[in-house]
Amino acid sequence: MTTKVLPELKYTKDHEWIKIDADGFGLMGITDHAQHAMGDLVYIELPDVDREVKAHETTVIAESVKGANDVFAPMSGTVVEVNSDLEDAPEKVNADPYGSWMVKLKLADLKELDSLLDAAAYQALVEKEEAEA
Amino acid sequence: MKRTPMYECHVAAGGRMVDFGGWELPVQYEATGIKTEHLNVRAKAGLFDVSHMGEVTVVGPKAEAWISNLVTNDVAEMHDGQVQYNIMCTPTGGVVDDLLVYRYNKERYLLVINAANVEKDWAWFNEHLVGGVKIENISMQTAEVALQGPNAEAILKKIVDFDPAELEFFHFKDPVSVGGIKAIVSRTGYTGEDGFEIYVDWSKGAELWNIVMEAGKDLGLMPIGLGARDSLRFEAGLPLCGQEFTDTLGPLEAGFGFFVKVDKAGGFIGQPVLKQQKTDGLKRKIVAAKLIDKGVPRHEMEVADKDGNVIGVVTTGGYGPSLDANLANCLVNVPAPAVGENLWIMIRGKAKKAEVVKKPFYKKSYKK
Repeated sequence: MTTKVLPELKYTKDHEWIKIDADGFGLMGITDHAQHAMGDLVYIELPDVDREVKAHETTVIAESVKGANDVFAPMSGTVVEVNSDLEDAPEKVNADPYGSWMVKLKLADLKELDSLLDAAAYQALVEKEEAEA
Repeated sequence: MKRTPMYECHVAAGGRMVDFGGWELPVQYEATGIKTEHLNVRAKAGLFDVSHMGEVTVVGPKAEAWISNLVTNDVAEMHDGQVQYNIMCTPTGGVVDDLLVYRYNKERYLLVINAANVEKDWAWFNEHLVGGVKIENISMQTAEVALQGPNAEAILKKIVDFDPAELEFFHFKDPVSVGGIKAIVSRTGYTGEDGFEIYVDWSKGAELWNIVMEAGKDLGLMPIGLGARDSLRFEAGLPLCGQEFTDTLGPLEAGFGFFVKVDKAGGFIGQPVLKQQKTDGLKRKIVAAKLIDKGVPRHEMEVADKDGNVIGVVTTGGYGPSLDANLANCLVNVPAPAVGENLWIMIRGKAKKAEVVKKPFYKKSYKK
């Protein structure tokens, strides 16, 4: 199956995406590949506002029917907002992974962008992983 | 990994293959997923490849007595053609395995055992073997499917040489023809729905699978993976050996005393301990709980009372699609919270409130 990858986002090798705005905030979520691998999501455990997270730290737990999945912060920052829509409708993440942001972060260090993947690099990574599956 | 005869069928159908105790089986199918598969079994029908299960034949003049000594239920009161759910205990009242006993006649039985325990059970049977009994492990010669759901009977009717309406719950027929293949069919299952389990020679597994799938095409039949198999049995209150039964968690504590005849003539392994438990009263028991706070309980999470004291542990937890709720079987100290009362499940350090509910979570729809 062809996984969806959006050109304007940045990605991690753990299948999170982040969208940076001009004011130094980032919206994060999971990719199409991730939602597909996890299966039907039944609960999204979002972090508390004001929590500080480091890049690669578990920030969200996405519970599928099968089990709990760690979602890592793509970049370091402070949680300023969470998408509470997902609390009652976790299936939105399956239906629209790029339209279902999970956490809004005030980013601590924009230099961390350098270690993220662009769309083409992420696409290549996913294709390689899916071929090996 | 070992493969069942239906491996290619699963791959062709988009099965997401995983390692299940050394067997390569589908946890779900790509087009559907666990939730859709689960709901479809309850609404229409599902087909499960359960060829990894074990089968052992028992014959001889001492067959009935030998089996009876190993298990908790009353094998002697079975009639020919009946299937009986049984639990095999250790001398300390823990569980070796749970199983189905098929009685052909007083001197001939078929035992169907859990896939994960085939080697363990076979060793146990041999350890306790007596004269007058011959046993044979035919697990690798026997393929099995489970056809479950309200449309199961209508689907089966199209491909068998008997009227499935006449096959009663927990009874079996052998031999029958399923699509021209010689088979054993029982009205049994692990989903809480009406349904059948069909056993054929290993070499006929794929052919059987295809025949049933074809017959079920217009009746909403879907192939179902292991993920939904677990969520279905969990909702229906059926135990999973290794979670509701362990070598220290026995049938009375787990809540399956109905299948334990503590005064059974002839005795059985574990009887003295279970009888004593009954006399003394249980020190712990499994209660069913439904989450009120948000969160998904999982196996081995701690269960606490309102003061934060740990009172037990989750044996099986997860999301129940038919109830659209998060559920848990909680093994707790007696006196346990009653139906309607609360307990708290520790999910990643946070106490999530739950309510004790009546068992089973999902009321079974057997054809009785």
